[in-house]
Amino acid sequence: MFQKKDFVLAAVIAIIAGISALMVMFAQSGAGTSVRVTVDGALYGEYSLSGEQSIFIDSASGYNRLVIENGSAYMAEADCPDKYCMDYKPVSRGGETIICLPHRLVVEVTGTRDAHQPDVVVQ
Amino acid sequence: MTTRQAAYCAMLTALAMIFGYVEALIPFGFGIPGVKLGLANIVIVLALYILPAYQAFAIQLMRIVLVSFLFGNLSMMIYSLAGGILSFLAMDLLKRADGFSITGVSIAGGVSHNLGQLIVAVLVVQNLRIAFYFPALMIAGLVTGCLTGMLADRIKRVMEL
Repeated sequence: MFQKKDFVLAAVIAIIAGISALMVMFAQSGAGTSVRVTVDGALYGEYSLSGEQSIFIDSASGYNRLVIENGSAYMAEADCPDKYCMDYKPVSRGGETIICLPHRLVVEVTGTRDAHQPDVVVQ
Repeated sequence: MTTRQAAYCAMLTALAMIFGYVEALIPFGFGIPGVKLGLANIVIVLALYILPAYQAFAIQLMRIVLVSFLFGNLSMMIYSLAGGILSFLAMDLLKRADGFSITGVSIAGGVSHNLGQLIVAVLVVQNLRIAFYFPALMIAGLVTGCLTGMLADRIKRVMEL
């Protein structure tokens, strides 16, 4: 059922996946400050992750409703055929994304909050 | 093309379509877009081993186009075709390379299928961030390709194909 070359192939794939996974984790570190919504590659809007808001996104092929609360964003409603975009857990780290492919919609977290900066300086 | 081969092509195309339909009933790959069981690939990889390559390729193209027309839409077809064509090319290449089992060929098919779809997704949405899914899709392709390959191997032996 298996041959030697199969294991070599599997190992190569696993190694490539492992290295790229590390790269992705590095790129997605750090809490984000806002989300950037693009439809068809064009900017739809940017919204802060602080506070609470519900954003209705109307695209040529349908609608999505993005909700921001507790410092993260998630897709509450969508009329796309597969509704994969609603499966995502809420995103909050820089680089994380929510994607609705049928609507060509991408929500990405931007702006890393520097954890080492003091929040307030009192003199 | 012999009559037998023509009959096989038609039957395997229909079978691949049904496998794809059944697979849609099984929830899999929670949250990660593009992750599928790839059950239809069992049929395709078997076809590659029992029919001439061009006929197996025809089965791949036909089942993708037909399923997209029947149950999907044009944009879905673009993703499926990209994944399906790249997947077939990779499998055919590996089979000709010798030294790989049907399982290894299937692994290559699974990984390249996801890769093809990922590339198209990046191009359609025009956002490079989608490439972040690359590692997850590679592993998913490896695992599903391995499972479907093992099934194809078993079927081939049991049915003496």
